[in-house]
Amino acid sequence: MRFMMLMIPKGYASAAPGTVPDAKAVAAMMKYNESLQKAGILLALDGLHPPSMGARVSFEGGKAHISDGPFSEAKEVLGGYWMIQVKSKEEAIQWASRCPASENEVIEIRQVQELGDFPADVQAVAQQYPEMQRRLS
Amino acid sequence: MTTNDMSHSITHRTIEAVFRIESPKLIAGLARMVRDVGVAEELSQDALVIALEQWPESGIPDNPGAWLMATAKHRALDRLRRGKMLERKHNELGYEIEAQQEDSAQAVETAMDDDIGDDLLRLMFTACHPVLSTEARVALTLRLLGGLTTLEIARAFLVPEPTVAQRIVRAKRTLTEARVPFEVPHADERAERLASVLGVIYLIFNEGYSATSGEEWMRPALCEDALRLGRVLAELTPDEPEVHGLVALMEIQASRAGARINAAGEPILLPDQDRALWDQLLIRRGLAALERAQSLGGALGPYALQAAIAACHARALRAAETDWARIAALYDALTQLSPSPVVELNRAVAFAMAFGPAAGLEIVEALTSEPTLKHYHLLPSVRADFLAKLGRHEEAREEFERAAALARNARERKLLLQRAAEMSDRGPSPAH
Repeated sequence: MRFMMLMIPKGYASAAPGTVPDAKAVAAMMKYNESLQKAGILLALDGLHPPSMGARVSFEGGKAHISDGPFSEAKEVLGGYWMIQVKSKEEAIQWASRCPASENEVIEIRQVQELGDFPADVQAVAQQYPEMQRRLS
Repeated sequence: MTTNDMSHSITHRTIEAVFRIESPKLIAGLARMVRDVGVAEELSQDALVIALEQWPESGIPDNPGAWLMATAKHRALDRLRRGKMLERKHNELGYEIEAQQEDSAQAVETAMDDDIGDDLLRLMFTACHPVLSTEARVALTLRLLGGLTTLEIARAFLVPEPTVAQRIVRAKRTLTEARVPFEVPHADERAERLASVLGVIYLIFNEGYSATSGEEWMRPALCEDALRLGRVLAELTPDEPEVHGLVALMEIQASRAGARINAAGEPILLPDQDRALWDQLLIRRGLAALERAQSLGGALGPYALQAAIAACHARALRAAETDWARIAALYDALTQLSPSPVVELNRAVAFAMAFGPAAGLEIVEALTSEPTLKHYHLLPSVRADFLAKLGRHEEAREEFERAAALARNARERKLLLQRAAEMSDRGPSPAH
């Protein structure tokens, strides 16, 4: 099964554009990433620029509203993610526990949904949709 | 400070998860010290039992790997004192362990990190040693390197747990009796031994990808185990093109897992699969691994060639866009390199797609007398498909029925019978 380990650094919500971790933090994190890779469980990973360089699209009243970052209302924002393939949530937790994160960082572990996790009616819809796309394209 | 907040209950499952992460390294490190894979595995089990007793109270140590190693070494010394170990191991083991007695847990861990890669590689070669039967290699590899329990292996292969346990005990004894050294093979036998390791990993993958028995056509957990082993091996032997070739092949094949079965659990063949359901993340990983194999230079080996074929499918957004001429050429190369009736059968399919069903049928006809394919359901199944395309419905029906009778998997059999019935609906074959 797949899990996303979502890195949530406190204070990143208001970080200035172009903020990146320092060399020491990067070095520690690279070593950690390497350990995931060597264990054969790492599928993908990325770090994200701070929200001040991003934007939000909301849908009040069924219409797209765009606001540029940073977002004053946001308390927790993503700093990056790892996608891993392990045998249990417990294993994902153990891998996350080994991350050389700083005191103001939190890792949230979330299982990736697979088609089999949905009830039959939703599966039927999901399976038909790409079929439709293909016919249209 | 413990790595786990005490408020988060430390369950059996948590400890098992830690052990799954640590046990391959633990066994590999111990095997180097005691020069016996069987003893190393027993010591690691001892350490697990002690962890199961202590961790629920004490919490999981900051460095569980070092803790387990120190505990296992302690057990090794206990055993030595009680004279339970073979005399011939005594000196070697006593020396190594005493020399490291003073080390702090941290120093042990650092030392482990440094050469643990070599130890893991030695463990892989040992678990897949040719002195063992294929079944034993598979069970031992999953047990020692995949971190699976005997129960998990038994469930995956649909055999009783005592059978697997006995298989592993016997395999460990065979390694001890044959005095198989715990080492990476020398240059003169390396290629052959590596092929054995790759063969075992791909066998595990295939058992998960197209189960040869049972009701379910796929057992995805086994595919994931094989992929994990392959990725670990690729990190240990970055300069071996065939290792990357195998990883590429497995990643690309696994990318189709979600598209190979319909809601009723029945198989969907490649041309009919909904490509939007192919896992693009695994495809990207597979293509990257293939590129790595190619960048190492030299002619492609059998796994890399198969991966290149799989990549042709992966790159085609629709079945109609498949570069069948290139696939046919790759199969020609594969036939030259490792000729086998099964490869020939696949070559027939590629030729049929590239140059028409008659071209495919010509290759298949030459295979009908092949003794090794006598009971292989895919031969009549493929032949039936060509005949159907050529409008020879009556012959096609007979072949689909023959294929169904040979198929061991229940769902596959159902699909073949369905196609046979469709042939009957088409009415009599035109004259030809």
